Amino acid sequence: MRAVVTVTGKDRVGIIAAISGECSRYGVNIEDISQSVMQEYFAMIMLAELDGMTMDFTQFVAHMEETGRQKGLDVRVMHEDVFNAMHRI
Amino acid sequence: MINTADILETIQMIREEALDIRTVTMGISLFDCACDDVGRLEQKLYEKITRTAERLVPVCEQLEQTYGIPIVNKRVSVTPLSLVGAALSAEGFVRLAKAMDRAARTLGIHFIGGFSAYAQKGVSRGAAALMAAIPQALAETERVCSSVNVASTQAGINMDAVREMGRILKETAYLTRAADSIGCAKLVVFANIPQDNPFMAGALHGPGEPETVINVGVSGPGVVAAAVRRQGPCDFGTLAEAVKKTAFKITRVGQLVAQEASRQLGVSFGIIDLSLAPTPAQGDSVARILENMGLERCGTHGTTAALALLNDAVKKGGVMASSSVGGLSGAFIPLSEDAGMIEAATCGTLTLDKLEAMTAVCSVGLDMIAVAGDTPAATLSAIIADEMAIGVVNGKTTAVRLIPVYGRGVGETVHFGGLLGHAPIIPLHGESSEAFIARGGRIPAPIHSLKN
Repeated sequence: MRAVVTVTGKDRVGIIAAISGECSRYGVNIEDISQSVMQEYFAMIMLAELDGMTMDFTQFVAHMEETGRQKGLDVRVMHEDVFNAMHRI
Repeated sequence: MINTADILETIQMIREEALDIRTVTMGISLFDCACDDVGRLEQKLYEKITRTAERLVPVCEQLEQTYGIPIVNKRVSVTPLSLVGAALSAEGFVRLAKAMDRAARTLGIHFIGGFSAYAQKGVSRGAAALMAAIPQALAETERVCSSVNVASTQAGINMDAVREMGRILKETAYLTRAADSIGCAKLVVFANIPQDNPFMAGALHGPGEPETVINVGVSGPGVVAAAVRRQGPCDFGTLAEAVKKTAFKITRVGQLVAQEASRQLGVSFGIIDLSLAPTPAQGDSVARILENMGLERCGTHGTTAALALLNDAVKKGGVMASSSVGGLSGAFIPLSEDAGMIEAATCGTLTLDKLEAMTAVCSVGLDMIAVAGDTPAATLSAIIADEMAIGVVNGKTTAVRLIPVYGRGVGETVHFGGLLGHAPIIPLHGESSEAFIARGGRIPAPIHSLKN
């Protein structure tokens, strides 16, 4: 299965490193990244493939949210199907 | 990859516009529990409900995590107890209500619906016993919801039952007076009651439903209000299109959750209820949608037309997004549960008469309206009769959930807490309806031709 990871917050050094580091630690493969900085505001969207993930999905969601909180970022991990359901017929 | 703008739109709907799944409700048939011994029936009912819905709450919690969308309520609806316990006395029905309450606590669900009776054409022995038990049952339980269908387009309006419900409302208000008559917030009087409605307090599992079923109620007044605001001063055609598109997106999420919940629970998927259900939270108000259309305040002239447009567009958008639609499906206007409605009623713009007109073009009816505790039972019955007439003549569901708050008067505010919100006590007409209600009998079913 695939998940969409969104990261928003104030721009600073090492955001991508921190998030992608956690992904690789738990066997999550990043398939695509789109990222932009508007003024000082950082926004990143990643498409992650979770088939080789070494932890439970709900644990991964909680872990990534906590990782974000510690760095002052809003991190969300949601199943890809939510976006497919809402935006594709 | 999915379009970036689409992803951000979804995230914004959840984070800032209060998009959620309002309820996942499991319907459970209790026909196989029927028996004339109250002790055995109690035990069978408790066991069947707790066994069948055992995994409802954990599965919903896991779905919330997976999809990142809050599921606000997890509920159970059962076969109307007046059918299952037709042989019981009123005391027996009170015991059944307590068994339902215990089952709800064991499961960790918010509400359980189905303490209900059909009385649209006449009142059977079982229905009469259940109705007599309602005040005590609601006073002695916390999570049990009750409903009585007193009218239908086929049968007309059973005015004997309407008169009785006025009295039952008063008694329920009195017995729960210590908590601002909250018992009445869990009691709904219906015309054309739906058989698959997932929303409380009117949820029940109709006699023609499968053994078990998952029904889902979506929500999202905040998302629609934001979409309307973003459209700016466009014409009504454009506005309706914007609402339709938004309703489509909201409903698709509901459909996804419903399918997944029914798959994981091994229970058939019933319906999606396309309703806009407000909560007292800021930004989750149906009144704000109407105000965003250009009304200074909800309740002023133009409100009924605005609501008609909204209600129709939500259905048109939602129908295409779901494989099966049912329940109440329309905008709700529960006074105490909608921050914009509360404001409008407090300042006097939104009156009972206007609310009644609004119910002719939207879902449900006079919902969560607090009135003075000294309102005569006949006046309550007359309000119910008016609302039933709208439902019966227009071939739609209407309902009344009035709270005659014991010991309180017009202008005071009552706090029900949580999703039930708070409400100003609104004024009613003082002129009597006593002689009208005292007639009794049945208002005949309307003719189905010569429509004008």
